[in-house]
Amino acid sequence: MWLFDKDLWIEIFHTLGKNMLRTFLTMLGVIFAMIILVLLLGSANGMSNGFNKLFAGTASNSLFVWGQSTSEPYKGFERGRRIRYKLEDANILKTQIPEIEVLAPRIELGNHRGTVTVYRNGQTSGSAVYGDFPEIDNITKKKLVEGRFLNQTDIEGSKKVCVIGEETYKLLFDKGEKAIGQDIRINGIYFSVVGIYKPNNNINIDGENAVFIPFTTFQKAFNSGDRMGWMAIAVEESTPVPVVEKQIKDILKVKYDIHPDDERAIGSFDLSEIFNNITAFTTVLKGFSFFVGIFTLLAGVIAISNILLITVKERTQEIGVRRALGATPKIVKRQIVVEAIVLTAFAGLVGFAIAVGILSILNAMFGSGDNFPFVKPMISVPQFVISFILMVGLSVLIGLLPANRAVRIKPIDALREE
Amino acid sequence: MIEIKDLHKSYKMGSNVLHVLKGINFKVEEGELVAIMGSSGSGKSTLLNILGMLDGADSGEYTLDGVPIKNLSETKAAQYRNKFLGFIFQSFNLINYKSALENVALPLYYQKVPRKERQEKAMKYLERVGLKPWADHLPSELSGGQKQRVAIARAMAAEPKVLLADEPTGALDSTTSYEVMDLIQKINDDGNTILVVTHEEDIAHMCKRIVHLKDGIIVEDKKIEQVRAEQYV
Repeated sequence: MWLFDKDLWIEIFHTLGKNMLRTFLTMLGVIFAMIILVLLLGSANGMSNGFNKLFAGTASNSLFVWGQSTSEPYKGFERGRRIRYKLEDANILKTQIPEIEVLAPRIELGNHRGTVTVYRNGQTSGSAVYGDFPEIDNITKKKLVEGRFLNQTDIEGSKKVCVIGEETYKLLFDKGEKAIGQDIRINGIYFSVVGIYKPNNNINIDGENAVFIPFTTFQKAFNSGDRMGWMAIAVEESTPVPVVEKQIKDILKVKYDIHPDDERAIGSFDLSEIFNNITAFTTVLKGFSFFVGIFTLLAGVIAISNILLITVKERTQEIGVRRALGATPKIVKRQIVVEAIVLTAFAGLVGFAIAVGILSILNAMFGSGDNFPFVKPMISVPQFVISFILMVGLSVLIGLLPANRAVRIKPIDALREE
Repeated sequence: MIEIKDLHKSYKMGSNVLHVLKGINFKVEEGELVAIMGSSGSGKSTLLNILGMLDGADSGEYTLDGVPIKNLSETKAAQYRNKFLGFIFQSFNLINYKSALENVALPLYYQKVPRKERQEKAMKYLERVGLKPWADHLPSELSGGQKQRVAIARAMAAEPKVLLADEPTGALDSTTSYEVMDLIQKINDDGNTILVVTHEEDIAHMCKRIVHLKDGIIVEDKKIEQVRAEQYV
């Protein structure tokens, strides 16, 4: 197998090594092409990673379901009936739909998106007040600035504790004042602050000014009984959200005597749709980068072919001598093609190394930014392997051009040329 | 060793046909040192090219060491050249980015001789032409005579049946020419068959036989008393 023919490699490296300037100039095109390809792909990846980081902590395959008013009369009920869920619905849905991974029921004080006045030492804040289960943290992760989020002990003991938003903290406390352990008052009942969260400024479902208290505490404190406002539902990764969304609605429609065609009675929001759009965007971006990069690479490889073509002419005498000394056309051809491959592969690696260096610098400069979606710009192993195989494959095809030219040189003509 | 019968060769030059070789018959025995002489256009280079399998004849027979040379593919021709023939050119034709040793080892590379053996053999032949200390030098660092000696070592490295020298002294001054001819004579003394194409009378007389070509036919073929080059060196 010629690939393992040590002599061939020595011969190739010798030829390339003894003609350094020529070798370097030949490689330049591919080096730049590879730099461009890797930078483009790396940046696209960085952007994709950046978006992922921005939305980290939010379960992307999830939806929210709440009750609205009916728009169709059904089973003797008039239209415009308000749908109010019960806490038991959560268990019904969870047992009937195994694809649901997490279901976090929530109830809020006042109307939907309404606010309640929260007091503390004469300072007030108009905040949304939610009764929540700790599971909600698995769907929309809270970035806690201080303290902790609600936990199972809070639920079981119906503890009068709360987690407040940063905005709420600013309204209720003086700057720098310690909030953990302090009490705030909602509807005449005191809750002890156990945590402060920072709003997630990308997907903001809860608002900045909100107070979270345990669901069970909410039931007792505000006498909400078994009512439930809305549900945050995380669906297992492999199931599309709309499938589960329909199942949920079908079950709820039967339970609450809603007309099967009533589209408005149950409100829902599919979070995965947003993520799918972003994923589609970054995928298109990556595809485009790859496309542009590969064509740049093609141009680089063609440049190599071009220069090899010129050098074949320049090497006419050398090739003639080799032929006269017993080099068969196959050997001459192989030498030129392998030279093309080695040049391309080496240039590719050099370009790759340079580009990776540049990406590392970019990463060090911008990668840590919280709001700028550019994290770990680097190309993946499969991307690298595919570009490399493509590049080497192209170089074989394009190396054949000068190789055939070299074979057409008749030793007699080559030797006559003086 | 070499047997040629009724060899014809013509070239097409546009609408004209140039008949270069018009029926050459000749024979070379093993160990001969033959000079092929003739003015330019006499067909001597064409004859050498055909003998060297660099070109094919139109008609006629060519047998080399009992092997008929006819309708060779490029690959076969390359293999035969490598096995049977050693070339010495007027312009040396060394590969300029390879050292003297590497140049000499090149035919052995195409014979797939292992690297180490190749180096040893090449060194042996370089020593034989008196250039062992120059083994690592590039052709550009050698004088014309040294280059031709490297080329002779290269031609001999593959241990061919016949050495073909095309105006081997054409690019050299007379002293150096005699040095090269001295070397060629000594190689011939060891029993190697050598054909020298030349148009220089004194060089031809350093061979053992002169074949005179004129207008595509052999006009004279005579054995001569060899003039030793040694005395001029």
